[in-house]
Amino acid sequence: MIKKILIIGVLAVVGLIFFDLFNAYQGNESLSKTANYYAENGASQVGAANLVTAIVVTYRGLDTLGEVTILFLTAAIISFILKFREEDFMPNRSVRVTSELLDSAAQVIVPVIFMVGVYIFMNGHLTPGGGFQGGAVIASGVLLMIMANPNFGVSHKVIAVVESISGIAFVLIGVLGIVLAGGFLDNTLLPLGKLGDLFSAGVIPVIYTFVGLKVGAELSNIIGTISHVQNEKN
Amino acid sequence: MFIAIAIVIGVASLIGGYIAIHHEKLSVAVIASGLVSLFASIIFLLLAAPDVAMTEASIGSGLTTLIFFYVLNKIRQRND
Repeated sequence: MIKKILIIGVLAVVGLIFFDLFNAYQGNESLSKTANYYAENGASQVGAANLVTAIVVTYRGLDTLGEVTILFLTAAIISFILKFREEDFMPNRSVRVTSELLDSAAQVIVPVIFMVGVYIFMNGHLTPGGGFQGGAVIASGVLLMIMANPNFGVSHKVIAVVESISGIAFVLIGVLGIVLAGGFLDNTLLPLGKLGDLFSAGVIPVIYTFVGLKVGAELSNIIGTISHVQNEKN
Repeated sequence: MFIAIAIVIGVASLIGGYIAIHHEKLSVAVIASGLVSLFASIIFLLLAAPDVAMTEASIGSGLTTLIFFYVLNKIRQRND
């Protein structure tokens, strides 16, 4: 009884705190100063038709590098925690037979999913989406492959190579920006081109391709590790 | 029209959330929580945020659901 009264009391206090915040909220009639700057100068300075990408990759490029690092750390920590000894490995664990429908559908759909993922990150500067979304779509293709064939192992060698190369390339492009252009991750390293073309917006498509590969490799690695742990003997 | 779709999806995701919390079979609860993510991604699409919708659909209803199922499988193996 006392417990319930306490819970209701806590809820009421939290509600009171947030009611003030809610009551004082007013929607903005116009863009704020920073947003207005991005909206006015984004197209001419960065050359990306998708303004979100211009902000994420160029104006706030350093934050994106931080996000990619966080994702890398997460994948590394998951692999570290889920490690098990070689003698606990159970090579032939019994799995339920995959249904014919899933098996056949996976063979048709997986290449299409990969293609959509690549399309999303290649066109990140033109259409909604970008490196993170494309990478997640690619990882869901790997997921479907594992679902159709539970003993499918994600190759650590391939993932390590793809991830290292794209991570190094991302930082290298940023540093090249300091040397050859205006600053770290400056996208005028390559010519801006015509607004709306595939090869436009300077270095953004290149960076987003590497980010997409890196995110796809990291998420696939997480899925692969968790799927591999299912083979651990208890 | 827009509001009608949003209300239908909102009610459906509330029902999904209730099932996810209260259903006694864990596998049904996991699927229900994946369904809530799927409805959320439709709402993001309606609110003109297609990039967020893509992430929600692939990570929220794809990867997370599978990871839940793997963990369930692991717990079941331990209990046998």
